[in-house]
Amino acid sequence: MQPFKPVLLEAVGVPDGYTLASYKSRGGYAPLEKVLAEKQPVDVVEMVKSSGLRGRGGAGFSTGLKWTFLPKDHPGPIYLCINADESEPGTFNNRILMEDDPHQVIEGIILSAYATRASTAYIYLRYEYPRSWHRLQAAIDEAYAAGYLGKNIRGSAFSLDIYLHRGAAAYICGEETGLIESLEGKRAWPRIKPPFPAIEGLFRKPTVVNNIETMACVAQIARRGIEWFKSIGVPADPANPRDPGSYGPKLYCLSGHVEKPGCYEAPLGITARELIDRFGGGVWKGRKAKAVIPGGISMGLMTESELDTPLDFAGPGKVGCLGLGTAAVVVIDDQTSIVDFLHNSCRFFAHESCGQCTPCREGTSWSLRMLERIKAGKGRLRDLDILLEIGNTMGMMPGSTICGLADGAAWPIKNAIKKFRGEFEDYIKRTNPSGWMVTDPVPALQIVGAH
Amino acid sequence: MPVVIVDGQEIEIGADERLNCIEAARRAGKEIPHYCWHPGLSVVASCRMCLIETGQRDAATGKISMVPKLVPGCQTPVKDGTVIVTESPLVKESRARVEEALLINHPIDCPICDKAGECLLQDYHFEHGQAERRADLHPFTSRKRDVGPTVTLFVDRCIMCTRCVRFTREISGTAELMVTSRGAKEEIDVFPGHPLDNKLSGNVVDLCPVGALGDKDFLYQQRVWFLKREANVCGGCSAGCSISTEHNQDAVYRLKPRENPHVNKWWICDDGRYGWHHLHDSSRILEASRKVAGPAHRVHGSITPAVETIEWADVVTKLRDDLKAAGRLAVAVSPMLTVEEAWMLCAVARSIDPEAWLAPGFVPVTGTDESFPGGFTIRAEKCPNRRGVEEVLALYGAGGRSWNDLVAHVAAGKAAAAWITGGYPGPWIDTATAEAFAGLVQLVVQDLFDSPLMRLASWRLPATGFAERAGTWVNVAHHAQSFSQAIRPPAGVWPEGRLFWNMLGRRGLYDPVSVRQQIAGSSAALAALAGEMPATGVDLRIHQLA
Repeated sequence: MQPFKPVLLEAVGVPDGYTLASYKSRGGYAPLEKVLAEKQPVDVVEMVKSSGLRGRGGAGFSTGLKWTFLPKDHPGPIYLCINADESEPGTFNNRILMEDDPHQVIEGIILSAYATRASTAYIYLRYEYPRSWHRLQAAIDEAYAAGYLGKNIRGSAFSLDIYLHRGAAAYICGEETGLIESLEGKRAWPRIKPPFPAIEGLFRKPTVVNNIETMACVAQIARRGIEWFKSIGVPADPANPRDPGSYGPKLYCLSGHVEKPGCYEAPLGITARELIDRFGGGVWKGRKAKAVIPGGISMGLMTESELDTPLDFAGPGKVGCLGLGTAAVVVIDDQTSIVDFLHNSCRFFAHESCGQCTPCREGTSWSLRMLERIKAGKGRLRDLDILLEIGNTMGMMPGSTICGLADGAAWPIKNAIKKFRGEFEDYIKRTNPSGWMVTDPVPALQIVGAH
Repeated sequence: MPVVIVDGQEIEIGADERLNCIEAARRAGKEIPHYCWHPGLSVVASCRMCLIETGQRDAATGKISMVPKLVPGCQTPVKDGTVIVTESPLVKESRARVEEALLINHPIDCPICDKAGECLLQDYHFEHGQAERRADLHPFTSRKRDVGPTVTLFVDRCIMCTRCVRFTREISGTAELMVTSRGAKEEIDVFPGHPLDNKLSGNVVDLCPVGALGDKDFLYQQRVWFLKREANVCGGCSAGCSISTEHNQDAVYRLKPRENPHVNKWWICDDGRYGWHHLHDSSRILEASRKVAGPAHRVHGSITPAVETIEWADVVTKLRDDLKAAGRLAVAVSPMLTVEEAWMLCAVARSIDPEAWLAPGFVPVTGTDESFPGGFTIRAEKCPNRRGVEEVLALYGAGGRSWNDLVAHVAAGKAAAAWITGGYPGPWIDTATAEAFAGLVQLVVQDLFDSPLMRLASWRLPATGFAERAGTWVNVAHHAQSFSQAIRPPAGVWPEGRLFWNMLGRRGLYDPVSVRQQIAGSSAALAALAGEMPATGVDLRIHQLA
């Protein structure tokens, strides 16, 4: 791989890098002034569209295309929501951006609001990020004082207010319509679509929901240009007309059993093995990896033999994972039980399922019950079939739920059992030598609360 | 006309109709099971029971392209060429899985559950579920929670369809109910200090597809499979809501709303819902009697004149004779009577005294009309048929009068006899007003309960309640609905219609339909009553406008 100089993370390690002065010294806000003076909103949409920027929040949908779904000539208001409810286990790239370079994010927000003709932007911040909250609010105040926010930004006709909203700690608030509901002061139950947020979102007005890292990318595209952005990453696969390519730098959150966990910036398309070895200093204690989560727990598992998969938007899908997700790479070493991993995963999703759709509400809790029992030495081989059936039928893709959380809950189950079935069977037969073959319903264990 | 293909069967829908797949499939005779969807509430598509396969038929080529996943029927609108598949293996599997999931945390306490027998969870499980339980067995609790004066919540039976929550937010506008906790630990609850206490609260029990919400008034009173249902109309106010009277062995057990798009949609108010208890009140007047000469005697400390009980068959002749002998007759036609009864009463009165002075009976009014955000209105006028009675009186040349006119007429000594029909479920007349009737030669009072007026009466006749009569009521919006008798009145009491029928010398059993046809033929205003009456009634003004 070519040597790569961090762009999104350039403020990391810079003393007072989160201040306005520091950001401007790195060339920040100049592109914004240029855009406001010279470009129309449609030009910004076109710029982002042709850069090939895909949303960094998890789904990887084209950002520019998403903006074009807004109704034309809408009398307004149009809202821009920034999703900073970063709750996917293993993910912390938004936190780094908000803490170390909040102005980069704010510049991106102003540019995006200009492009979408939004005059109000809401940042929905995860409750557990107090430092991000302080740094972002300080940066917003600085930006207001310097005339980058508020009425008639830098003398232009464009006005924008940013509100920083702190969530109350629920995974489902990261789902875009759940976020919108929560922002409206309601229970964060994802909405049914259509209507999509671009038509009817926050307060029933056209709304765009973008991720923090996407905003940072927009700021960098405005500063460095489309060509720069497209020179990084993986071009579209000519054999697949539906692949828009994976361009630009990406923040990978490397954690788990590696020597040097951390948030690393690399071009999209770096392989998991390269990421672990070059950035993470290899699997810790000289061990081997058993499995790697490619992009947050909901994306499933890659085995050690699949580690050469490029971590771009298309890569993890080719080895049976859900996708790149948030690019939170978690390494699981060969001393770790996959049964434990799956139990932990199920516990998380049973706790975080919003409870709206029957298949997810009951499926996540049922799978946790089974994992609890398996771990208590009362597993049955039949449980694996049932778990697999839950995994295969729960989610937006089979159509059984409203939002994608259920797919995310299903994928670890599916991947763990398909890729590590032998380990599960061994575990069950070893720990339940007299009952592993039972197929009748068995008494349930008292479940231990997730808290 | 747009064509929708349901399981291969083509059905036409109206060009302007906005139907979802559940409604379109129903047109084709296919039931798509559903819990959370209700036509009167917003769509949440959360129970996932109505998952089906859909597709679109290309109008030009006729080629059908299917959506590659299941979609909720409630959330999917149909248009020309929509293909709905309700019975594919994929759909059936999905239903079985939803049923299985719903029963994991359900106590399955059907033997002690009031809903058993009319429970969608039971019905759908029988039809779409699988016999085997695969989930772990765990002991169930049966937690009860008092959520308000009318409703008990059985927490564990709930399947989280949130119909009740949406009802209180969208229809009653009171928003007492909510969802607490998350995931499988979710529960319906009320906010602390804010119980479910509004005038439409009983509807949440009807909406509940399972046994989670129990009506305290009905709880443990009767197994639903013993109940017989009669389409009735609520007599509680002039809204005239369509109801279903559910009864067994001449006892009413509960009233349920009956869907009627012209009147009450799917709802009734609690006043109407629980407004049947007076039918079985032990203090009802059950015998026809008249004062006779003789010594008064003391009953419960008060002086009671001597009375004789009259057999119903004798009432027909003796009442006519007494009234004829008295002289000038004044008649109050109660707004609790049906159009048919009112018409026959007028005919009877005029046959006794050709110049009988006819006027409407007392019209009870309480407060003001009360409207709710969902469009439902409880009327202040607490009688069901003022409009119908006025139309009938107009036919007899007695239009434009009121109860007060009648009181004044009698007080002025212009009548020697009066026949006051009542049928009111509660107290309605004070002693001072009743005094106006004190000097009459004959005073006939026909009512459900004792009253100051009844104490003055020379003739005391029992009346009947709403479920005990048959006929037609005309509501505040001039919408007429016919209904038949649900239960028999107690102790052989003759409903008013039967008495009037016999006093008119008609043969056979009282037949309100033939009377209605006769009225329709003789009145332009009531002409719309002719012919067969639809279950949802007719608007009397339609024919007049045309």
